[in-house]
Amino acid sequence: MVPLSAYVAVSAILFLTGLLGVLIRRNFIIVLMSVEIMLNAANINLVAFSYYLESMAGQLVALFIIAIAAGEAAIGLAIIIVVFRGKISTNVDEMNLLKW
Amino acid sequence: MGVVFFTYFALASIVAGVMTVALKHPVHCGLALLALLLHVSGLFILLNAEFLWAVQVIVYAGAILVLYLFVLMLLNLKTDDRYFHSSYRYFLMPGAIGSAYLLFLLLRSPFKGAMGDAPTVAVLQDGDTYAVGIKMFSDYLLQFEIVGVFLLGAIIGAIVLAKTPKSIVGQHD
Repeated sequence: MVPLSAYVAVSAILFLTGLLGVLIRRNFIIVLMSVEIMLNAANINLVAFSYYLESMAGQLVALFIIAIAAGEAAIGLAIIIVVFRGKISTNVDEMNLLKW
Repeated sequence: MGVVFFTYFALASIVAGVMTVALKHPVHCGLALLALLLHVSGLFILLNAEFLWAVQVIVYAGAILVLYLFVLMLLNLKTDDRYFHSSYRYFLMPGAIGSAYLLFLLLRSPFKGAMGDAPTVAVLQDGDTYAVGIKMFSDYLLQFEIVGVFLLGAIIGAIVLAKTPKSIVGQHD
């Protein structure tokens, strides 16, 4: 029997990996992929707690998170396409249109 | 047996996550993300969440990841030599220390709480999909509707953002 702490530890490692990816990568698409890693880590956490504490609520919230990740990916990639049209770069350091 | 599968899926998903962040070429990163998503879905199977496993494979690996790869191939990016942020070394050591302390705290915590109303035996009797469906269309109906409206808004937003090329090119060229 795998303890709940092991699942939470895996989830924490994945979340930190995704957070590190958001912080250190320069390509905007990879940054969005790192956000997906973080959402997956949250899903592991929710499903593990749902199993060990015998409640369905965790699985439902994980399902909603997947739906929101789909919307986030669509909007994020549309923004990438718009930025790429104007500036021919997806580097996050060079995106400063809203900066003043 | 469950321990063996858990160890495999956990280690493989962590390795795939690290590769997603660390690999150089964006398409390789996308394929590593695919490996991560499939192994996370294996963890869902171990936790008796078959419906979420199916949704993870169909929606995440089948739709979201294909969207990422599609945009990568559409843009045809050239990879920079310096693909990490210039000051990434300052993040690594605090990150390692903080994550070691976090893991120490997590692994010694018992995580006890109030038990819910869906014991494993009852879920396995009718199947996980049945349990999720009953719960979603009774207690979580409002959230379900809100997610539907959210997805509609996301579709409209994506279309509007990706549609109008003229004004944007004219402003920033």
